Amino acid sequence: MNLQLLNQVTGFIWAESDMLDHGEFETWLSLWSEKGTYIIPIDPNQEDFENSLNYAYDDHHMRVLRVQRLTGGESISTSPQPRTVRTLSRFRVLSETAERVTVRCAQNLREFRKDALKHYSADIVYELERAGDSFKIQRKLVRLINSDDTLAGIGYIL
Amino acid sequence: MNHLIPTVNLDVNPAELVRPDRVHTSLYTDPKLFDTEMDKIFYSTWIWVAHASEIPDAGSYKSTYIGKQPVIVVRDRKKQVNVLLNRCRHRGATVCEHKKGKANSFVCPYHGWSYALDGTLRGVPHPESYGDCLDKGELPLVSLRVEEYAGMVFATFKADIQPLSDFLGPAKKWMDLFMKQGAGYPIKVPGEHRFRFPGNWKIQLENTTDAYHFPLVHKSFLSSVDEETLKLFDFVEGPGYVEDLGNGHSVMVMIPDLVDLEADLDKPIPERFEGLAAELRDEGIEENQVRRIVRAVGGSGFNLNLFPNVACSMAFFRVLQPISVTETEIHHSAIVMDGGPAVANRYRLRLHEHFQGPMGFGTPDDSEAWERVQKGASAGTDLWIMLNRGLPGEQASEDGLVSDVSAETGMRAAYQQWKKMMSAEAK
Repeated sequence: MNLQLLNQVTGFIWAESDMLDHGEFETWLSLWSEKGTYIIPIDPNQEDFENSLNYAYDDHHMRVLRVQRLTGGESISTSPQPRTVRTLSRFRVLSETAERVTVRCAQNLREFRKDALKHYSADIVYELERAGDSFKIQRKLVRLINSDDTLAGIGYIL
Repeated sequence: MNHLIPTVNLDVNPAELVRPDRVHTSLYTDPKLFDTEMDKIFYSTWIWVAHASEIPDAGSYKSTYIGKQPVIVVRDRKKQVNVLLNRCRHRGATVCEHKKGKANSFVCPYHGWSYALDGTLRGVPHPESYGDCLDKGELPLVSLRVEEYAGMVFATFKADIQPLSDFLGPAKKWMDLFMKQGAGYPIKVPGEHRFRFPGNWKIQLENTTDAYHFPLVHKSFLSSVDEETLKLFDFVEGPGYVEDLGNGHSVMVMIPDLVDLEADLDKPIPERFEGLAAELRDEGIEENQVRRIVRAVGGSGFNLNLFPNVACSMAFFRVLQPISVTETEIHHSAIVMDGGPAVANRYRLRLHEHFQGPMGFGTPDDSEAWERVQKGASAGTDLWIMLNRGLPGEQASEDGLVSDVSAETGMRAAYQQWKKMMSAEAK
């Protein structure tokens, strides 16, 4: 097992998570490759995300808009903003080439807003492009374990 | 001087709770009214259960609810659609727990009773013990009355109510117009967003015919679209209208130019669609069809509210399912062109994701507003919900009543139907 690589990707993904929990969205946007996609599918067996209905299928343009919506103060569902704490673990490098690393991990997220505490668990698969001594996110695929059930509004970035 | 507000005895008569310009707050909060609604509305009229494309083949099924009762919507070998109560006739277990799929039969997991796709009881394991006391012909899955219009499938528990076609009445021509967003291809539901909010179902019913909230609640959505789209959605003071179509149905026309998607095909293609049009031309699609697809791709310029549980809303179907007096589940079913160009269908899918669903830029804000209504409605038990907007300008029309686009005419239509059904004598 390449522990050095495991440490490297874990450090990168933990930093990303910390940015999302602490509202550092501009820095978060800079973690992405220009053509990167942020995907939250509905169907647990779906692989053709582009041609199917998802909860989110964001390119760079949509990611910027999503950040603006979360921080712009115009949306009643995000003001007050939800507080989130996410814990990521169970990192596993699925594949590795000179250019790319694919990592799968588990995310448990707690959300609190107004008077309700909610819990979302997901498998996340990161496709990371090597960029110098760090990475850029090529694709972040968030598979909520209850994606094909009924959800409530999610006013933050998973 | 203030007028005295007469007190209302909630147990007397639901008709007392609906007035021409307002409804009583207990319509959102009283569990007894909710139980009566299940009986007198959801088990007494036509309820939308599926779009035909969700069950395309023999054996295709989906499971859903009518009111509080689980049902299976399934196409049998003769291609007939059956709506069956999801309950084994032996000891009551559900015979299907999947949301959708394909099956040859439904087998109860408890003792193995098996039913054909039309509900017929086919087999019972170890029948010897029954001797001659079990007549399989008497114990099929309970089958409801089913009728379909424009690909929309409805079912009812009542054998004696008017045909679906009569119930829909003038709404049918709007359904036909709505289906034109297939641009000549059949309409297909490729998936849906499901979410729940802590509020009464009628709060959502009202919202589909509420233009008034749009610029405020959807400000963050409007900030995220291009200039052309922004102009299109600036309809509250525009020439649109709301029309009461009878039987609780209504239509809200926000963008009159987009009522008939097959008209005006020679108009210039809007700037925001130029990229899509170019891609369609590159695929060798002829110019008239390019224009037809591009004009249809963003959906229709109106919301058609069909009482009590479905709407044809611009570019999707909105379905509501009451859970309890204070909880409602919503499904927003996306629409694509079955067999249409993938690039145009992708445009529609991304459009749906942009506004709808738990992570959309629109739905969560609607949901927040409805939640606030339910919360606020627990204050002031003798207060009323005001529905008098657009009354002074309301006029008779060919199909009913019409007023300006942000009038509460459609809500008044729904509540008059509610009053009529809730006051009906039990048969």
